[in-house]
Amino acid sequence: MFNKNIEIIKRFHNSHLKAKSRIMFSHNGALMLAVILFSVILPGGSHARSASGEQTQQSGESILRRVDQNLSSKNRVFESSMIIHGRRSTRTITSRSWSEGEKKSFSEYLSPAAEAGTKMLKLEGQLWIYTPSADRTIQISGHMLRQSVMGSDLSYEDMMDDRNLTDTYDSKVVSKDTIDGRDVLVVELTARVTDVAYHRQKMWIDAERFVPLRQEMYAKSGQLLKRMELKDVERIQGRWFPKTMIYKDMLKEGKGTEFRMTKIQFDKQIPAHIFTKASLR
Amino acid sequence: MLSFILAFRNLMGSGKRTWLNVSVLSLAFVVIIFYNGLLEGWNVQARTDTMAWETGNGRLSHPLFDQFDPFTLADSHGKTDEGLMTLLGKDASPVLITQATAYPNGRLFNVLLKGIDTKQSVLSVPVRLMDSLASAGEGGVIPAVIGDRMAKAAKLKAGHIMVVRWRDANGTFDAREVMIAEVFRTNVPSVDVSQVWIPLEHLREMTSMYGEATYITLSKEGVAKLNGAGDDKLTVSGELYKGWRYEDEDALMHEIDTVIKAKKGSSTVISMLLLCIALLAIFDTQILSIFRRQKEIGTYIALGMTRLKVVGIFTIEGTIHSVLAIALGTLWGMPLLKWIQHTGIPMPSNTDQAGLAIADKIVPVYSAGMLLATVLLVVISSLVVSYIPARKISKMKPTEALKGKLV
Repeated sequence: MFNKNIEIIKRFHNSHLKAKSRIMFSHNGALMLAVILFSVILPGGSHARSASGEQTQQSGESILRRVDQNLSSKNRVFESSMIIHGRRSTRTITSRSWSEGEKKSFSEYLSPAAEAGTKMLKLEGQLWIYTPSADRTIQISGHMLRQSVMGSDLSYEDMMDDRNLTDTYDSKVVSKDTIDGRDVLVVELTARVTDVAYHRQKMWIDAERFVPLRQEMYAKSGQLLKRMELKDVERIQGRWFPKTMIYKDMLKEGKGTEFRMTKIQFDKQIPAHIFTKASLR
Repeated sequence: MLSFILAFRNLMGSGKRTWLNVSVLSLAFVVIIFYNGLLEGWNVQARTDTMAWETGNGRLSHPLFDQFDPFTLADSHGKTDEGLMTLLGKDASPVLITQATAYPNGRLFNVLLKGIDTKQSVLSVPVRLMDSLASAGEGGVIPAVIGDRMAKAAKLKAGHIMVVRWRDANGTFDAREVMIAEVFRTNVPSVDVSQVWIPLEHLREMTSMYGEATYITLSKEGVAKLNGAGDDKLTVSGELYKGWRYEDEDALMHEIDTVIKAKKGSSTVISMLLLCIALLAIFDTQILSIFRRQKEIGTYIALGMTRLKVVGIFTIEGTIHSVLAIALGTLWGMPLLKWIQHTGIPMPSNTDQAGLAIADKIVPVYSAGMLLATVLLVVISSLVVSYIPARKISKMKPTEALKGKLV
């Protein structure tokens, strides 16, 4: 048994090295657009670093700033559908969300009946959930952050990273590509600080509209962890905005989770009481 | 002596009624011993297995570590004291814990990644194969061992590979593939369910927690070494020793002791019910004897016996029921209990899902203390229920008794 296992390991080494060399070709890190669409965060105004004199890095940062101009806003109110593709069935959960800046957001689930009334509040790095059936508010922290949101490919911890990309990543344009007939710039982001969720990310940004069409997040080892595909880019209140996003945990089997923005309003005044724990009940 | 002979003859004279009472009491006697033996057997097995697999004979834990609170895991790790580790040598096994997500066959599992020294011999977690693979390892493969509950839940076997994702000390995601080197079988679910054991040095490197541990498990010799380590003797359980919280065997076994205590409470209720039924039969027999044997009582007193002595005869009569019951119980119960001890009591497959250490079969343990306590319980309780009705005799008038009139 022992020798047999040693043999298995040796065979594994060979295949593993080959697989690893395929994985390691590119490393990335990331901004959570799932979070953006989910109401949770959007990077606010970016402040470009001028430290690097390299043309590629400046280009990467200026591109990210233009992306921010499209995606970020002082506040927003929107309704969305989250379509969760399970192994046996597909579920659709609709919600209404309010968000202000990067650190405040509030969501209420509208359907299906089993989830209706569930509310989620993100406030200054803390996350609370109110469940009407139990009539209880709980704080999501520690190991609970690793759990899936409503069975989707998104975990609660994915919703908690709320810093600007330009504050935490060095970026550079590495190549050009085409997605769905649109020219894109491939921007590679490498963490310049140690306390970020993803060490490296890769973004495919529409070269004309400056909206990301694909984003990949990688582990330190180079393993691809998450991928987002962004579609249905429309011009809303003077900015380009993707109304559909498919979020996929690449380590998990399945088709991923789809978010569709059904209504969205930018820079709408939101009453302060929305972002309080009292509004959960 | 006369009282004993008289009492015994009277009892034998009652025939079937006596043997019926004795049989019921012997059943209660054997069942009480069986129940207590079963719980004692579970207690011994749970303590032995938990110490062998999880706790050792003592533990030095990070002050923030609470094994029942996963919220403490993120912060409960620290550098081990080099002097301490040198002193303890092979009598200590540091363990580092971090939360992770495993993806066996494309499914998501929240797991605890536990790093264990592959040279350790304090715990029974099998490290030999992991050590060989880690030594031979090229290309970054991480060997792991898992328990069979985890293997069953995740549908994993030895040789299977899965991706594990975790956050390092700075919170950055990392992911690597681990290979299941071995699937072990243990009676302790808390080292098995949702847990993946990997070499300690790998986990330290993966999480950037170099030289750190969540707790240090100590063997008996390890505890003795610390106790004999000059002025720096171990403090009482729960207090800090060189920055680590020391927990002794009793503290580590507290949960098991609490569960056994609770179980003993419920088994006592059942045993007492059974004993009460048997004692009720003796009580009734005593009442009936006194009612039917009034002339005999009157004769005893008329012949010069004191009332107290007559009360004594009737009390002894009742108590002899218990002596006979113990003898009968020993006769049929001992072979049965020995046989059960030999074969063990099979436990349902899902019993250990509560997280307690329970073997597939529990082997009852009948200690001398427990046997003596049960014998005393049966004898004293039957003495009491025999005496209570016999007290009436002291109020009898001998002349009326001789006439057979009611008291």
